[in-house]
Amino acid sequence: MNNTRINAFRAALPNTIPILAGFLFLGMAYGVYMNVSGFSFWYPMIMSAVIFGGSLEFVAVSMLLSPFAPAEVFLLALMIQARHLFYGIAMLDRFKGLGWKRWYLIYGLCDESFSINFTARIPEGIDRGWFMFWVTLLNQLYWVGGATLGGLLGSLLTFDTRGLDFVMTAMFVVIFLEQLLHERKHYTACIGMLSAVVCLNVFGADSFMVPTMGMILAILVFGRRYLEKTVNPS
Amino acid sequence: MTFYEEVVTVMLCGLASVTTRALPFILFSSKKPTPPMVRYLGNALPSAIFAMLIVYCLKNTSFLTGAHGIPEIIAIIFTVGLHLWLRQMLISVMGGTSVYMLLVQFYLP
Repeated sequence: MNNTRINAFRAALPNTIPILAGFLFLGMAYGVYMNVSGFSFWYPMIMSAVIFGGSLEFVAVSMLLSPFAPAEVFLLALMIQARHLFYGIAMLDRFKGLGWKRWYLIYGLCDESFSINFTARIPEGIDRGWFMFWVTLLNQLYWVGGATLGGLLGSLLTFDTRGLDFVMTAMFVVIFLEQLLHERKHYTACIGMLSAVVCLNVFGADSFMVPTMGMILAILVFGRRYLEKTVNPS
Repeated sequence: MTFYEEVVTVMLCGLASVTTRALPFILFSSKKPTPPMVRYLGNALPSAIFAMLIVYCLKNTSFLTGAHGIPEIIAIIFTVGLHLWLRQMLISVMGGTSVYMLLVQFYLP
């Protein structure tokens, strides 16, 4: 039993190293932002663990600095996080039969953990549930660690880190590329790219994700007859 | 905002976050087989999601003004090339990020 866990940890760790770089940096940026907005390090530390969603946490800073508006906060938060609905749909069958780990995996289902757990080719003999558990837990630790560190160090950081946030873009590019190399037809990839680009231009950077999701969903549902046979079965 | 209001605000954000992650699992029980339409979407969505996430990362890049997205384009081409060559995720990601940092810090305004 112990070996199952350790072996899964050894398999999971290398997969999370790009996230270590990205999350430490982005988490620190978030912590520094909270620090200079006048909050002690407890805030980024607890908020990064409880909310665990990068863009929402940044928005939450301005929510905390505005008058109390619970209904607005909840609705805006739902819209910012809406893309996670898709991750759940994609992971429905993969999280089956994992016992208590399933609940933590759902809680920690962020962009990065989803991407790695969905695409990683888990080696033969490695326990799938523990592998995904370690990936998710390590990612969350990196994020909370970065946010706490940023909150503690505040504006003491002066070295030039301009451009380091590109690590997340590069990671999604590689994951997308791997996905393209492993599928027969690229129709749904094109649908996703086109929908996002069209909606970004129509709705603007702050509010294009929900329309994009609606557009992708509509095309997939109405085009199911043509698309279903081109999609890789999981 | 009082401390109590701050706590409620953070809890509501956390609740919204976990709602979007858990809703599909609540709607479609793990004990019954997943409906064919949802299973199809689960297979069809990931490629679309990854494409959408790349656009999401680049949403604030202006292709018409400033550097015209040239650092992003060069760094993405470099990342893709490196990955097609070696197929090592870590090397591709670190290589692409290093190129991007060099470009935005030294070569382009």
